[in-house]
Amino acid sequence: MSDEGGGAAGAPTGPRGSLESDPVDVAVGFASALRRAGLEVSLTSALLYAEALSVCDVASRPSLYWAGRAALVHRIEDVDVYDAVFGAFWLGEPLGVSPMAAASVPVVLQVDDADGSDEHGEESPGDTETITLRYSATETLTTKDFADYTDSELEEARRLMERLRFSGPTRPSRRPEPSRSCRGRLDVRRTVRAAMRSGGEPMRMHRRMSGRRPRRLVMLLDVSGSMERYARALLRLVHAAVAGRSRVEAFALGTRLTRLTRELSSRDPDRAMRAASAAVPDWSGGTRLGAGLRAFNDEWGCRGMARGAVVVILSDGWDRGDPAEMSEQMQRLQRVANRVVWVNPLKASPGYAPLARGMAAALPHVDDFVEGHNLESLERLAELVLTDTPRASRPRDGSRAAGTVLAGASA
Amino acid sequence: MAATDLRSVSSVAEVSQGLRDHAYLPDEALATAVYLALRLRRPLLLEGEPGVGKTEVAKVIADWGGGRLIRLQCYEGIDAAQAVYEWDYARQLMHLRTMEATGRARGADEDRLADELYNERFLVRRPLLEAIEASEGPPPVLLVDEVDRSDDEFEAFLLEVLSDYSITIPELGTFAAVEPPVVLITSNRTRDVHDALKRRCLYHWVAHPGPQREAEIIRLRAPEVTDRLARQVAHAAAAMREVGLYKPPGVAETIDWARALSLLGGATLDLANASATLGALLKYREDRDRVIEHDLAAIVADAATAHSP
Repeated sequence: MSDEGGGAAGAPTGPRGSLESDPVDVAVGFASALRRAGLEVSLTSALLYAEALSVCDVASRPSLYWAGRAALVHRIEDVDVYDAVFGAFWLGEPLGVSPMAAASVPVVLQVDDADGSDEHGEESPGDTETITLRYSATETLTTKDFADYTDSELEEARRLMERLRFSGPTRPSRRPEPSRSCRGRLDVRRTVRAAMRSGGEPMRMHRRMSGRRPRRLVMLLDVSGSMERYARALLRLVHAAVAGRSRVEAFALGTRLTRLTRELSSRDPDRAMRAASAAVPDWSGGTRLGAGLRAFNDEWGCRGMARGAVVVILSDGWDRGDPAEMSEQMQRLQRVANRVVWVNPLKASPGYAPLARGMAAALPHVDDFVEGHNLESLERLAELVLTDTPRASRPRDGSRAAGTVLAGASA
Repeated sequence: MAATDLRSVSSVAEVSQGLRDHAYLPDEALATAVYLALRLRRPLLLEGEPGVGKTEVAKVIADWGGGRLIRLQCYEGIDAAQAVYEWDYARQLMHLRTMEATGRARGADEDRLADELYNERFLVRRPLLEAIEASEGPPPVLLVDEVDRSDDEFEAFLLEVLSDYSITIPELGTFAAVEPPVVLITSNRTRDVHDALKRRCLYHWVAHPGPQREAEIIRLRAPEVTDRLARQVAHAAAAMREVGLYKPPGVAETIDWARALSLLGGATLDLANASATLGALLKYREDRDRVIEHDLAAIVADAATAHSP
């Protein structure tokens, strides 16, 4: 198409934004450069970009830059990658290490490799044998502490976790449903439709009432160093929840907040785990729970995501930040959420008391404080999330949750 | 001011000037996005912090082009009956009874009755249908506000409408837009807008303006505010956005604040009038406390010295 050939989709090394080339070639070339850097760029977007180039003043750098941003970037998070590729493609700046590529290198989560080899290595000989083995394994697994799991047990546990259903409590929806009984508002539409069939005489009043839909479920997983032994098992739980139903959001809390909903939405657990590990830049790093919760509240939670939702925090409550911040952020979260559930894997340890500063600061603002160290406790968690207890019928200040634990510890 | 033909704008600068003439100061990024949306006849998806003026863009474009602003406020559970069209059932029923009373209904088969009832005069037009049906005069501006509040199903439906700008009503036939409307979609990001919808749209993230542009915006929106006060207010607001508030003040709030200060007779920002009017800017008790306890005196002093006469 182009006699210059400057913008063809081949491998680039230097600046290739030759403006004399066909806009389609240039656009496709730039789009594939973005894809190589890890962005999702569809062909539709690339063609839209080509169209944009043809009506823009491409000699002006801002115009060139913003046209690409508008047509090719669909999330504010992707802007950094876009900027780097823009510099390399149009201005010939060295690309350096793209943020995406950097994030995908150090994967501390060791489970994935082991999973793969187990699948093929152990399952092939004799089907019956495996089944018996697995059955007994299941028995012991339900009460075994996640911290003591081997990699193959972890894989087994994942299968069991997939069966957990977080179908969740419902809330009234504004989308009405037809009602069979005589309750509800008159559904004029259906009544008139039916009336036509009887020569214009409305024989039956159709009614409808407000429907119900599941509350949003938000899961915040602590991936800091102190949680390392549990995080890998709990991530599978989070995946099972995200893949299992709609309206579930997942985040990793470490030294920073990472949204994992997209990564975990793949039904293939291995792919989801890989994507999630790659997306979190700080596996087993330090803990700044308060700051992480603050980021969640600011960017997502209080803006609407946590409103009326069931929020599940999976963390041991170790926080090196300021306890005042922790308390403040938990208070904010509890004010907008329908219910805040704190799952602490350490809670089951003998003699445990929530003395970690972060945990102590958070407890007064938690509606339910539960264990999460083994499969059995997670099953109970799923049940807990299912039941819809209005907060008004429970102690408002969370003293029930705090009270139980403290009494247990002093005994 | 004479309306401009939105479909024949020929440069980013023209968009910039056009919006400016209608009291909106776009930066180059937004002007480019709007220009492309107009030229390529694509919807423009605006995301950004609450209070940065996303909705305002649509109003200003409508003013500029002289077209109608048709607003569809999304909410959970919104469906075709509220977004596209609905039949006026009460009137249909009445019509049916009248026919019956006059004996016209007797002997008529169901098809004929339906033809009579599902007639355009019983059609209640909702925003999407209105936007597509408009055929005369300047193109209307369709604002789909806070699309993230609607459900996935509705988003899919919206995508369908925005792909071919036509709506089919089974009883009446297909309505197709002669000229596609200018479409702006806003989202506060309480959830991700579906990728397919995003691909259909041009995307722009609306950020808080820098202090200098914000001062200009204040002057443009509230001409009674002195230039110095506007600059000081913008300076102070920018500083407060850095403090880490629950709800950092948006442009609308800074304009309110400047107005409030001006109303109290302040020609310049000082600690007394700033703390008295802080309620115009900060809407959370915690934010107010944080700013007063830690930084207000310093922020005000800094803003005052930076823009002294």
